[in-house]
Amino acid sequence: MINLTINKKNYEVDVDPNTPLLWVLRDTLGLVGTKYGCGVAQCGACVVHLNGEAVRSCVTKVSRAVDQKVVTIEGLSENNDHPLQKAWMELDVPQCGYCQSGQIMSAAVLLRENKNPTDQDIYNAMEGNICRCGTYLRIQKAIKLAAEIQRKDL
Amino acid sequence: MTLPKTFFGRSKTFAVLSIMLSMIVLMSFVVNNTRINNNANKEVKDSVQSVKAFMEVYKVLMSPRCMNCHPSGDVPLQGDDSHLHTMSPTRGKDGKGVYAMKCSNCHQPENSPGPNAPPGDPNWHLPPSNMKMVFQGRTPYQLAKQIMDRKLNGNKSKEQLIAHADDGLVLAGWNPGEGRTVPPLSHEEFKKAWITWIQTGAYAPSPKSK
Repeated sequence: MINLTINKKNYEVDVDPNTPLLWVLRDTLGLVGTKYGCGVAQCGACVVHLNGEAVRSCVTKVSRAVDQKVVTIEGLSENNDHPLQKAWMELDVPQCGYCQSGQIMSAAVLLRENKNPTDQDIYNAMEGNICRCGTYLRIQKAIKLAAEIQRKDL
Repeated sequence: MTLPKTFFGRSKTFAVLSIMLSMIVLMSFVVNNTRINNNANKEVKDSVQSVKAFMEVYKVLMSPRCMNCHPSGDVPLQGDDSHLHTMSPTRGKDGKGVYAMKCSNCHQPENSPGPNAPPGDPNWHLPPSNMKMVFQGRTPYQLAKQIMDRKLNGNKSKEQLIAHADDGLVLAGWNPGEGRTVPPLSHEEFKKAWITWIQTGAYAPSPKSK
């Protein structure tokens, strides 16, 4: 049995320690907000936080998450009111939406480490998250807006 | 209460034997350590042999497995053709990436399975921004000089440079994961050439060498 802490809840799962964390989240625990995109850490759809870092859960073995803190899109905020979620809704960022949980989880690390990111900071942080619908410009705007909301909230 | 004489006799013998044994162990430790230090410091200058050894070393350092993480810019290189890493991850201050693009977000403690999936190591990183240790574009002369310059090599002594041949991330070059070539020399051959270069004077090849 493997012990995991996900979104502040403890779970005990009976899976092979080599299973990608993504499959445990989606198939074993039903946390399907995190998406499968490429399976080789190339697209960013599967980003979750492992001890606050934006890891790609498709290549992260569940054994790496044992007794660590995992946060998925479902646990980013209590009431879908993280500044990024507010900004995403305000600017209607998603088109098909498939990549957006990964986009938001990556952006959350940026905003935690940099309260006032420049355009270049946003490029540097978000280059690894691909959006086939091409919502990049709205993502860029929404991160700036979220930074503003975050600064006001503080 | 009195103890029998034989008890004291045996205790004395035991104490003497213990001291003798300790001295033998101590001496063998000292002799062994001296030998190791002598080996590390053993320098017989030979510029011809030294340069010849460095040219072997250079082939390895300029192979994609080494050079890809010693780029001239702040984005690592990727693949056997050493193209800029897709997604353009950047070095960051500590060489471990920035924000949501930190090396270990994709590079796991071990190689991920499958052709061209991210290679891994527990300490995956680039050199830090204040000590970039660039290999890309360096001539044999420039690279040899750079490696021996303590201001540019992370303040490593010759002994530390020799030990660096067995660093985990150096060794990872010979375990690159599926779909990647290994350096042109085996690790054993590389280490031998590396130590030979250093112990024969760490001479730099001529500035005209390519």
